[in-house]
Formats: sequence, C-alpha cells, structure tokens
Amino acid sequence: MSVAVWMAALDLVLDAQVLIVILGAAIFGLVIGCIPGLTATMATALLVPLTFFMPPVPAVAAIVTATAMAIFSGDIPGALLRIPGTPASAAYANEAYLMTTKGQAELALGTCLVFSAIGGLFGTVVLILFSPSLAEFALQFSSFEYFWLMILGLSAAVFVGSGSRLKGSISLLIGLLIACVGMENPAAHPRFTFSLPELMSGIELIPMMVGLFAVSELLRYVTDMAPPPVVVATKIGNIFGGMWRLIKTYPLQLLRGSALGTLIGIQPGAGADMAAWISYATSKKFSKEPEKFGTGHVEGIAESGAANNSALAGAWIPAIVFGIPGDSITAIAIGVLYLKNMNPGPTIFINNPQNIYAIFLVFMLANLIMLPLGWLIVKLATKVLNVARNILMPTILLFCIVGAFAVTNSSLGVILILCFGVIAFVMEENGFPIAPVILGAVLGKMLEENLVTSLIKSDGDALLFFTRPIAMWLAAATLIIVTWPVLKRARRVIDSG
Amino acid sequence: MKLHDTLSGLALLLLALLIGWNASGFPEVPGQQIGPAVFPKALAALLALCAVLLILRGRQATTEQAWVQLGAWLQSPLHRRNFLITLACLVFYVLASDFLGFLLCGIAILSVMFYALAVRPSRIAPLAVGLTLLIHTLFYKGLRVPLPWGVLSPIQW
Repeated sequence: MSVAVWMAALDLVLDAQVLIVILGAAIFGLVIGCIPGLTATMATALLVPLTFFMPPVPAVAAIVTATAMAIFSGDIPGALLRIPGTPASAAYANEAYLMTTKGQAELALGTCLVFSAIGGLFGTVVLILFSPSLAEFALQFSSFEYFWLMILGLSAAVFVGSGSRLKGSISLLIGLLIACVGMENPAAHPRFTFSLPELMSGIELIPMMVGLFAVSELLRYVTDMAPPPVVVATKIGNIFGGMWRLIKTYPLQLLRGSALGTLIGIQPGAGADMAAWISYATSKKFSKEPEKFGTGHVEGIAESGAANNSALAGAWIPAIVFGIPGDSITAIAIGVLYLKNMNPGPTIFINNPQNIYAIFLVFMLANLIMLPLGWLIVKLATKVLNVARNILMPTILLFCIVGAFAVTNSSLGVILILCFGVIAFVMEENGFPIAPVILGAVLGKMLEENLVTSLIKSDGDALLFFTRPIAMWLAAATLIIVTWPVLKRARRVIDSG
Repeated sequence: MKLHDTLSGLALLLLALLIGWNASGFPEVPGQQIGPAVFPKALAALLALCAVLLILRGRQATTEQAWVQLGAWLQSPLHRRNFLITLACLVFYVLASDFLGFLLCGIAILSVMFYALAVRPSRIAPLAVGLTLLIHTLFYKGLRVPLPWGVLSPIQW
C-alpha cells in the first residue's frame, strides 16, 4: 500500500465540500439516531437521494458518517427513556436506563460514547489492514466462487440470527425476484415489465429503499398506539469524567467487544444489533460480577457499546471486497457504490484505490469527531428528544417524496415508495423481515450473472460447481449453514432419546 | 393486520405460480441452453416450496390463530384515518403534482398531515409553507431537481 495512494486519498477527504458533507451527515445521523423510531437504516435511506447528486467520495462519506453517529446516538434515548433509538442499542438500553435512575446518567452516556468511538476505530483498523489482502486473494475468484460466495452470504443472512428462517427465506426470494424485473439480464430480455417502458431498466433501488425503510417507518408511526414518551428534564454534567479509569478497568472487555463486533459485522447478514446482543451476553458470561448485570452495571454497556460500532466497520469488509453486504446499511451503501461507478469487488483496489482509502479515512474521521459531536448531542439530548414528532414525521414524508422524485424525475418514484412502503409495513406486521428483501434486490443481478456464466462454462456439468478448491469450501460452508438447524434438531432428538 | 400463516402461504404460492407461468413465456436464446427464464423460474420454484412449507406450518400450529387478525390500530378510528391519510397524501402527489406543482402539493400534504397529527392549528399554515419552501430550495436550487411548478409556472423563480 503506497504512501502516494494514501496522500491522494487524504487530498480527497480534506476537500472543503467533503468536510462539510461529513459534518452535515454527522449532525443528521446523531439527530435521527437519537429519536426513537428513526433508525440508522432509515437515516441511510433518507440520505441516499441526496448522495445521488454528489461525487463518489462525499456520497459514501455521508453514509459512513451518518450511520456511525446514528448507532452511537441510539444509546441516548436508551439511557434516558429506556427506549433504544436504534435496534443496535436495544441490548443494553435497560442497563443504561437503570444507571440513569441511580444518578449515573453521565457515566452511562460517557461509556456509550467513548467505547463506541474506540470500537469504531478498532473495526476501521481491521478494515484497513484486512481488506486489501483479502481483495488480492479474491482476484483469483471466478464466477463459480462468486456464485457460492453470494449464496453463502445470502443464506447466512437468512439462516443465522433470530426470527423465522422460513419467512426470512421468503423475504430474500421476493428481493431476488424484484431484481429480475427489467431487461438488464444476461439475455437482455424484458422480464415482468408489464409492457411499461419505465420498468425496462428495472425497479429503481433508491425509491425502493426509501419506501422499505422510511415510508414504512412513517406508517408505523401514524398507527402507533403507544403514548408519546415523556422526557424528564435531566441536567447532564461532564460525560467524559472517569472514562480513563473505566478504560483501565475494562481493557479486556473493550478489546473483546471490539474484536467480536468486527467479526460479527464481517459475517454477512449479521449487523450491529446482533453484535451488541452477543457481546452483552459474552460480557455477562465472562464477568467477575455477573450478578450485577441488569442492575445498572457499566461493564456490559462498555463491551457491547464498542461491539455495535466496530460491527459497522466490519460489515464493510465483505461489502467492499466482494460486493456482498454485511447488513441492510451496507446493502444500501453497495447500491450507492454501483450508482457512483465505484463497483465493489477486489478490482476496486486496483482501479480506484484512492477512493477506497478515502473511505477508510472517513471512517477514522467519523469515529474521531464522534467524541465532540456526541458530547454536544448529549448536552442537547432533552431538546432533541422533545422534538415535535407530529411535525417531524410529515416533513420526512415530503422529503421522501422529493427524494424519490429527484432520482426518477417522474412520479414513478413516488409510486414506488408508496408501494414498497405498504409492502414493508404489511410484511413486518406478519413477521417477514425486511433486510433480506434489500439484500436480494441488490445482489440479484450479480447472482444471476455469475450463475449463468458458470452454467455456460460448465456446459451442463454440475460437478464443475464443486471441483475448484475455494468453490468447494464455500459450497460446503453454505451447506453447513443451511442444514445447521436440522442438524441441531437431530442432535437434540438423539441426545434426548 | 396479521394474516394466518396458511393464508400468507397460499397467497405466496399463487404469486410463485404466476411468476413461473409468466417466465415460461420467455423466449430461448438461440444456440444456448440458458435462457432468460432459468433464474426467475428457479426462484419461483423455491418460493413455491417455501410457501408450501409455510402452509404446512400454519396447519400444524397448535395455538388457535384467527384467519385475519386485525391489529389494535385498525380498531381505532383515529389511527385508521391517519394511516389512510398518509397513503392518500402519496397518491395525491402522484395525481396532482404535474398540474398543481410541487409547492402547492407540498403545502397541502403537510397541512393535512399536521392537522391529522393534531399540530396546534395556528402553527399549521406557517409550518407547512415554511417547510415546503425549505425543501423546495434545497432540492430545486441546491440540487437542481426539476420539481414541477404546475399552475405556479408564471411566478417561477
């Protein structure tokens, strides 16, 4: 990795326009993450129409910064209201709230902030060290390996984690079928276009994302029967007090949370929320004082707070190197990379290294400015939490409309956000997860291309899918993931009887 | 609104069959055995399989579940109304934006939504106008998105 590339990347990031975008995205992410019901994924979806008009580096910088900030600031309502601002904060919202009731709001929020930033930096270092060499290795991949890699990623997204695997699979298939619409397929034959010329180029990803992640959230807001949360005005003092002592008390927890978070992030389909849950459980298991967990104890917050932010960076490793998203945020980001002609994949390190290193630098910068900006948002937290949501939500609706229109320059975009908003709302009410839909829609075209190329190359010989060594390992890993639940059940039956 | 798994499964099975039937009409590529129908057909087959599994699971469910279980919000007239208003605002924009233009549509949508969500009446008009102008400036001037002017074309700025 040459110094010249890093200098070129630094040049790209230290541009006034990029820095303003980063600052704006940071504030946007902090505010959205802080408001319960508005998630980091929604922040990303709302940003995408704006990034449509930006050059590649600021476009990706906006997404990286906003999500890192949103994942941290989701901890704020968790600590003050016991309502996690984003799902990634849910694991320890109760613990942080209990600390607040004990008069330790400063310590809880300070831990969330400082350990988030350190976790994020840890994940970024792994991203920087690991992805170029992984990309070099991936250069040997042919369509067979890519086919299996995508199948592995998609099945991991559905089969690993909580929720119904069957319903997750259905969501994924729906996403893949959405990707079939249009004539951008290997045979260039228009499919499922209902003879509409607008659908020839396929279903636009941006309005689809806005519909799935923002409009559906608005519909959930207007149908929410729960009374609005009451914010008790609390004066929050110095949140950085005692942080150095805390880092010295829990160095192992910090390292373990960051490392585990990064690993979970790398794994496709598991994002920041799962990293936080698993890290919280790990922390409790290995703690010297597990009985204190659940009573307002800081240890678990430190470990899982670091984990969810490191997972964010980890998720970018498969996204950049293979073009396979680690979670729904990177799925949206991959869509943006394609739009910006920065097609992810190992060759991005050869064709556009300065752009990728610029993204790495943005990760660093985002986690560093998180400290002062995070301090500021905590100071303003009671005001942000009291923001009139009945004014904010309609404004977001209008923003969604304009964003969708801006991308398509026609009302088709608005029709798409309406349809996908309703689809996502109904799906979630019935327990079908939304994230696999976007994973399928983003990866569908590439999956088909690699499948068709492989089928043509193999000329009817299915064995070729398994004979190349790496392809064989990937296929075996997929098989294990898909059959794991069956194997586990079989073992339980044998054990019990 | 929660549908019984059997019902969702039946709907998905129907969807899979429709997709498969539609895909079987795709032409072959001369000289190649892999046509445009292969991938969607494979997906439709997998979807059909999942749908059948969902139906079976619905049939095996031990707890009694209603065929259609209305969510609590569907029984509250206020929330039902707000849900419909939100959808109606989007439909309204699709139908009226070319004629009325973005500004009038935006003001109308925000006013209706603010009213529905019980924003103080004296604040509705200034907020709706101010926020619409703000979004308009950001996208029309800042990002040069050609938002429609509609009937306001003569005073376009």
